[in-house]
Amino acid sequence: MQVFRYSQARSLDGAVRSGAVPSASFIAGGTTLVDLMKLNVLTPRSLVDINGLPLDRVEPLPTGGLRIGAMVRNSDLANHDLVRTRYAVLSEALLSGASPQLRNMATTGGNLLQKTRCYYYRDTNYACNKRQPGSGCAALDGFNRIHAVLGGSDHCVATHPSDMAVAMMALEATVHTQGPKGPREIALDEFYLVPGTTPERENVLEPGELITHVTIPTVAAGTRSHYLKLRDRAQYEFALASSAVVVSMSGNRIQRVRVAFGGVGTKPWRSREAERALEGQDATPENFRRAADAAMAAAKPLKYNGFKIELAKRALIRTLEETTQPA
Amino acid sequence: MDRPKDPLLDAARKDETAATDRNQPAPENEPRLGKFSRRSFLAQLGAAGVVASASPLAHAVETETGEAEAPAIAGAVPVTLNINGKEYRVSLEPRVTLLDALRDHLQLFGTKKGCDHGQCGACTVHVNGRRVNSCLSFAVMHQGDRITTIEGLASNGQLHPVQQAFLEHDGFQCGYCTSGQIMSAAALLHEPIGADDNAVRAAMSGNICRCGAYNNIVAAVQQARGTKPDSRQNPNTSLLQPPTFVSGHDLSRAENH
Repeated sequence: MQVFRYSQARSLDGAVRSGAVPSASFIAGGTTLVDLMKLNVLTPRSLVDINGLPLDRVEPLPTGGLRIGAMVRNSDLANHDLVRTRYAVLSEALLSGASPQLRNMATTGGNLLQKTRCYYYRDTNYACNKRQPGSGCAALDGFNRIHAVLGGSDHCVATHPSDMAVAMMALEATVHTQGPKGPREIALDEFYLVPGTTPERENVLEPGELITHVTIPTVAAGTRSHYLKLRDRAQYEFALASSAVVVSMSGNRIQRVRVAFGGVGTKPWRSREAERALEGQDATPENFRRAADAAMAAAKPLKYNGFKIELAKRALIRTLEETTQPA
Repeated sequence: MDRPKDPLLDAARKDETAATDRNQPAPENEPRLGKFSRRSFLAQLGAAGVVASASPLAHAVETETGEAEAPAIAGAVPVTLNINGKEYRVSLEPRVTLLDALRDHLQLFGTKKGCDHGQCGACTVHVNGRRVNSCLSFAVMHQGDRITTIEGLASNGQLHPVQQAFLEHDGFQCGYCTSGQIMSAAALLHEPIGADDNAVRAAMSGNICRCGAYNNIVAAVQQARGTKPDSRQNPNTSLLQPPTFVSGHDLSRAENH
């Protein structure tokens, strides 16, 4: 592991200033960063420890909705009463991710920023445009079973690994940050970038910009939500395809629905195509299938990951069945 | 000697952050082994290897910054760790993980290194009562935390109920993963999980056992929880069922619908 300087942030402003230094990195739970530092994939020259910052609370907003501090641990968020009762999709997504130990460490802000599990990104012996811009992409002609079918480019097809972010995408969360230029709010849907020609840029954060909290708008009474994760083993594995649905019904008619996918996109994938196909329609198997087809219409399979397209469709259909059938 | 100019560190200092000082002398009161042992001999060999291999790295840093920095290996800082109710003062580089601090610096060898990447759970310890992977955390980040390792689980010569249950149910074969399994299970007793064996399997999924002692581990955990294993009459049932590709599902069914 490369040497680094270590400092503890005592204030938000101090953290932002220290974090804006070139080659600096914030460290929260460390579950992604320490792992990748050991592999020499990430080589920060200085680490700013933000564990001392008071960003570890989950609070209801006066307008309804939830404010989640960036340092709230995944296990605490998953088991929070308000999250379990009102935002089941978020609790389920969190509990389907990683292991109990990792969930005790990993934070809300860090989870949003976790790095891809692409084998070639994680191995410095291979070409990877995300790790080393311009070096090429070993996954395009490599073993790309776990890679993305949506949002990829000739430069990168790595999936975003987060479950939590997929649920937050369906809940229309907003990311709040503090940066050298002051605070700002970013809709989660606009937070992530598709790789295009610059896969090394994964989100819109500027150097030194720190996620302080995430807000989730209130959901109407009677809204149901669910996260379904499909993977190679029953626990402790990343998604091959996952689906998050937040839906409110009027009788058997779908009044309002939000759909997002994990495991298939280069970012947590909101599907407005599926939402358009569903809203105002009856909850029927035919309509679910039509929405699933619409969601995956733009999907581009690689050599080994074509199965993900049908898998994602079935994940969505099953999630819709689960959330629209009478309780 | 003047402190070498260090723009990154200075920037951090000015900004109300408490940077650790790389040039403070190491404290003299590190815990030491009372006698020469196989482990201490190997540890010394290991330390020599670190010095030799770190030198080119230190040189590279010097060249790149153009500053006459202290050699990288000398970047140790004084760290105070509270482990099993005892205070340890050691001198550690920020790169040293909590796991390596325990094993290589504090002679607490009960915590095991498996994958060293948070994938196997062998290194599980408790930090402030919660189970974590000690391989994915830097020791310097744990000053002020209450750390418990397998060495600190028994009290007053009395085994922890989980330790006792692992003995009674033969919850191991080679034993390498066992301390991590036990630490995980001991923390699980205070976590909000379901009552049945499947809930235990899910809650123990962060601990891999290469010998495959899983059935006995689940039985041991259930005994420690004071609940009756639901598959005790036919402990192999779960293995005969086809693997499920749907997860997160049981949780939602059980707890959210």
